[in-house]
Amino acid sequence: MKLVKLSTVGFILVCLSGCSTLGFGSKDDGSLNEDGVIVEDRGISANGVDGDSVSGSDFGDGTETQVIVGGEDFQGAILDDPANALSNRVVYFEYDSSSVRQEDQITLEAHAGYLAEHPTVSIRLEGHTDQRGSREYNLALGERRALAIRQILMIQGADMNQFQVTSFGEERPQNEGDNETNWQNNRRVELIYKGR
Amino acid sequence: MIKQGYALILLLAMLLAGPAYAELIIEITGGSEAALPIAVVPFGSEGVAAAEDVSAIIRNDLGRSGRFAPLPQQDLISMPHQKSEINFKDWRLLRSEGLLVGKVSSVDGQTYQVQFQLFDVYKAQQLVGKRYQVPAASLRHVAHQISDQIYQALTGEQGVFSTRLAFVSVLKNAGGSRRYALQVSDADGANPRTVLQSKQPILSPSWSPEGERLSYVSFENGRAEIFTQAMRSGKRTSVASFKGINSAPSWSPDGKKLSMTLSKGGNAEIYVMDIATKALSRVTHSSQAIDTEAVWMPNSKALVFTSDRGGRPQIYKVPVSGGRAERLTFEGHYNASPDISPDGRYLAMVHGQNGKFYIAVQDLKSGAVQILSEAGQGESPSFAPNGRLILYATEQNGKGILAAVSVDGSFHQRLGDTGIDVREPAWSPIRK
Repeated sequence: MKLVKLSTVGFILVCLSGCSTLGFGSKDDGSLNEDGVIVEDRGISANGVDGDSVSGSDFGDGTETQVIVGGEDFQGAILDDPANALSNRVVYFEYDSSSVRQEDQITLEAHAGYLAEHPTVSIRLEGHTDQRGSREYNLALGERRALAIRQILMIQGADMNQFQVTSFGEERPQNEGDNETNWQNNRRVELIYKGR
Repeated sequence: MIKQGYALILLLAMLLAGPAYAELIIEITGGSEAALPIAVVPFGSEGVAAAEDVSAIIRNDLGRSGRFAPLPQQDLISMPHQKSEINFKDWRLLRSEGLLVGKVSSVDGQTYQVQFQLFDVYKAQQLVGKRYQVPAASLRHVAHQISDQIYQALTGEQGVFSTRLAFVSVLKNAGGSRRYALQVSDADGANPRTVLQSKQPILSPSWSPEGERLSYVSFENGRAEIFTQAMRSGKRTSVASFKGINSAPSWSPDGKKLSMTLSKGGNAEIYVMDIATKALSRVTHSSQAIDTEAVWMPNSKALVFTSDRGGRPQIYKVPVSGGRAERLTFEGHYNASPDISPDGRYLAMVHGQNGKFYIAVQDLKSGAVQILSEAGQGESPSFAPNGRLILYATEQNGKGILAAVSVDGSFHQRLGDTGIDVREPAWSPIRK
C-alpha cells in the first residue's frame, strides 16, 4: 500500500527541523523540493501536496535518511519496511473486549521501542468497534481500546505526550456487512503516525 | 459572531439547496386488534382545490397511531360534509363509534378555510369541531392538529401527530465517502428538512423539552464533541469539546441542564452541565467502567444510563446528585441505549439475548421484560411523547431504516425504505 503511494506522489513537501508543528498540515512551510528527495529528517513528517502523506524517518542512528519517491526500488524508512513489525499498524480485538491478543504484543513492542527512541514522533491511536449494539457505548469502547494500547506502549517506554487518542466507535468500519469476519476486522485500534 | 453568521448562511444555503432526501413513507407491518374503527369521510372541497388532501392525512395519522382502524373508503355508506347530511342510524351499522366529516374551502388562492366535526355515532353528538383559516403551506400542519384533537377526544390522551422526528441520514457517494445529515421531519415522515450537514458522523440527537433546540454529537473536528442548535435560527453553540469523548447529550425535563458523557478524566463518566453557567458536576465515579448514554427520569431526580461496571453493558439508575447506582436490568447479556417513558413507568432499550439484539421494554414496577422487535440491528429506541409508541433504528436489506412499535408490542410500522441509510431517531416533545 505504502509503496504504491510513495511511487505515485510526484513531489513532496519537506518539513524541516525548524518546523514548529509536527505532523498535520504544514503545507505553507515553503521548503518544496521538486526533485522529490527528502533533505533531512529528524523524525518529522512531511505532507504530500496532493493530499496523500508520505514521510521520511531515520534509522535510529541520527544520520540523514533518504526516501526515494517515484522509483521502483524500495529503500524506505523503517516505518515503511513491510518486513518490519512497525509496518503493522492495526491491532484487533475480541468482541466487547479491550484486551490485546498475544500475537499483537510483538507489534506493540516494536512501536513502543520506536516511539521511545524518537521522542519527537507523535502518534494517533484511533479506536473502533464492530457495529453491534449501542453507538454511544461503542464510542466509549473504541476509546477504551485505544487507551489500552496507549497504556501498553507507555509501559514499554513511550511518553504520554506522544499520543493523541480518538474513538470513532462503530462509525468508521473497515468492512461493512453483518458477519463475523467483517465484525472482527472492525474491532481495531489503528496506529497512525502523524503526518502519514 | 462572524463565524456563527457564516454558519447560519451555510445552513440556510443547505436548507435551500441540500440534496434531495426522500420522504420516509410509512408502512404498517402489523396491526393491533384493539384498534378502534373510525369513519373518516373524505372532506368536501369548495373553490380552488387544495394541494394537500387533508382528510387523507388525518386518516393516515389515525391509522399510524395503532389506536385506530380507519374504515376502508369503499365501506363508507355516504359522503356527508356536515351534521345535517348525516343519517346516524345508517352509520351505526358500520360499528364505528367515531365519524369525522369536514370541508376545505379556498378563501383566495393562498388561503384555505378548513372545518371538521367529529361525531359519536351512537349518541348522535358532536365530540369536537373546529374551523381554521390557514395559508396553503400550513394545510398539513392543520391536518395533524385535527388528528391530535380526534385522538384526544376518543382516547383521552394527547396525540403526537404534530410532533417531529429527528434522525441522521447517511448518503454514500460513489467514491465511498459519506455525507451525514441531521434531519427533522414531521411525525409522519413527511417534509424532511436538513438542519446540519457534515462529512463526519453525527450521532445522538436529543430534543430540548420545549422542542426548539437539538443537542447532538458531531465529529466535524475529528472527534466526538457536543453541540446545541436552535431549530428556528439555525444558530449553533459548542457545548462540550473537552479532551477525550464528549457524547450522549440528554436534556433535563426542565430544560436547564444537559447530561452527557465525558472522558476528560481518562474514563467515560456521566456529567451534568448547567446550561446557563456551563458548570459541570460529575455524577458517576466508576474509574474503570464505561458509563454512558444517560437519560433523565421524568422527575429530574435520577439518571438512567448504560454501564459495564458489572462486566457487560447493563442499565443502571443513579441520583443526579451522585451516589450509589442501582442496577435495573438483569435479563440478557447486553442492555443499552435506555429511554424512559414520559410517565416513568417503562424503560425501552437495546436488549441482547443469546447473541441477538432486540428492542425491548421493561416495566420498571414489575421488572418484566418484553421483546418488541424481531432479532436484528435494533438501535436507539425513543419514546413518543405520549409514551404509546417507541421509534427505533433497524436494518432492512442492509440499509438503515426507522421503525416504530407500540409499547405492548401489538402494532408495528416501518418508516419506509427510501434507499438512504437513516438512523439515530429521536422523537420530539409535544410543542407547548
